[in-house]
Amino acid sequence: MKHRWQDRAIRTLLLGAASMSILIVLLIFFFLGKEAAPFLIKPGLSHLLGDRWIPVSFQKESFGILPLLTGSLLVTALATLIAIPFGICGAVYISELANQKEKEILKPFIELLAGIPSVVLGFFGLVVLAPLVKEVFALHTGLTALTGALLLALMAIPTIMSISEDAIRSVPTSYKQASLALGASKLQTIWKVTVPAALSGITAAVMLGMGRVIGETMAVMMVTGNAAIITADPFNSVRTMTATIAAEMGEVPFGSEHYRALFCIGIVLLLATFALNLVAQRVLKKYHMI
Amino acid sequence: MARTIVKGLWVAIVLGIALLMLANGCSKGQDAASTAEKKYITIKGSDTMVHLVSSWAEAFMQAHPQREVSVTGGGSGTGIAALLNGTTDICAASRQMEQQEKALAEQKGLQPQEIIVGRDGIAVIVNPANPISEATLDQLAKVFTGGYTRWSQLGGSDEEIIVLSRESSSGTYVFFQEHVLKKQDYTVTARLLPATSAIIQAVANDKWSIGYVGLGYALGAGDKVKMLAIKVDEAAKAILPSLETVKSGEYSIARPLYFYSAGEPQGTVKEFIDFCLGPEGQKIVLQAGYVPID
Repeated sequence: MKHRWQDRAIRTLLLGAASMSILIVLLIFFFLGKEAAPFLIKPGLSHLLGDRWIPVSFQKESFGILPLLTGSLLVTALATLIAIPFGICGAVYISELANQKEKEILKPFIELLAGIPSVVLGFFGLVVLAPLVKEVFALHTGLTALTGALLLALMAIPTIMSISEDAIRSVPTSYKQASLALGASKLQTIWKVTVPAALSGITAAVMLGMGRVIGETMAVMMVTGNAAIITADPFNSVRTMTATIAAEMGEVPFGSEHYRALFCIGIVLLLATFALNLVAQRVLKKYHMI
Repeated sequence: MARTIVKGLWVAIVLGIALLMLANGCSKGQDAASTAEKKYITIKGSDTMVHLVSSWAEAFMQAHPQREVSVTGGGSGTGIAALLNGTTDICAASRQMEQQEKALAEQKGLQPQEIIVGRDGIAVIVNPANPISEATLDQLAKVFTGGYTRWSQLGGSDEEIIVLSRESSSGTYVFFQEHVLKKQDYTVTARLLPATSAIIQAVANDKWSIGYVGLGYALGAGDKVKMLAIKVDEAAKAILPSLETVKSGEYSIARPLYFYSAGEPQGTVKEFIDFCLGPEGQKIVLQAGYVPID
């Protein structure tokens, strides 16, 4: 009798600890909403949709988040474009072609790349990558969206590579055997059979990589130049949503419109990553990957 | 399934509240200790002044081994907020308290005391390879607000100007905007960099860039960057920023550096401020690349 009681108590405690993350997510949504909501009443949602972000001004402050949104989108899209070929090719090599020894060397290094603190990567970007981009493309300055995207691609590659690798590895061997038996070469089998069969898992991997990229702060803040302009030019400077929050939150007068506007950006950012994660989980689940 | 999760959430809430209570209990204990005779003080505020204040703190602690001074940055605004919340004893600020902040202090029943502890000049820097070596305040305003976009408009080469600025959270940003830009907005194409060192790094690397940093940092950067001589107007003499020209008031882009204390300084706080204002403290001001008060 006593044992059963203890059993239940500990079970409940563990359940509580596991549910804590749900509670925290709900609370974060709640408090973000609570801090941001007054902005929607005064000065109103339309101010948020403007194309100028000038939070500190003696003339007139503007809190249009469009340049920040397009900035984040440009950097994320570029980074994803750069990371996808590297991530998928790497995953194909590790899961299909590498021998045991190569795997043992490659995998830890990929994990290591994932573990580098972003501020260290940012410093590397500022000192090494930015001058390099400037030289290669003959620009006046290396502080561009492209530099940020290259750095972010470095962060997305490990995520894309390791999840894609899982996906490729879980393609049934019978598919490959059938393809090889029909006379297809190894390379033909990989690109025509294995990769298409793992495509859903690879899609999910790319989305999770994008989630990491869009939420990244320090590295982009150090190398993109942070000018709030709407542009599709990778050689121009952009200001991302994350960099804006990080740079301005520390100094903003508590309860001001600027403060509320930063929380609105936080909500947009949270919704974006939330949506990406949700879709990625759905894709993975649909194909019984997890 | 759903019922388990709801149950889990309840347990999580209870656990969370228990944790909060625990944390609260801990911080109360600290409060009680701090009301006793204070040997330990904290200083928070301006990033520009962090280096200077740390040097003061080190020298002060060497002279008074039983005292302890902890110094953190974060920006003038952060420091003032901390002073108003009672989480720091002294706030170091590179700008004066704003009306809004003064009102907030009054609401909380505080009377912040303002003490000028030194002066800082702001140097406008360009790459050493840039042929331009002087500019009027009016020209600078045009460059930083986007009125001028090419160096040829200042009499230099026909190249695009790359405008670099600090982030809007910096006291230097606001000071420069008020005194050089005459309260106009910065151009939207200005690149906002998170730190003074990043501006120096960028100006040293990029031939056609222009930025502004505290005089101490500009002097510290040596030959990597070139300081512009500033003319108040077309007819005036061009003045290079230096300790002498800031002190004499000839150099126009200069500002006082402040300490704020929550009330009349007492005990260790007073000792520390007196030390900073004294001959030894002012010598440190000079060594850190700033300008002593008199």
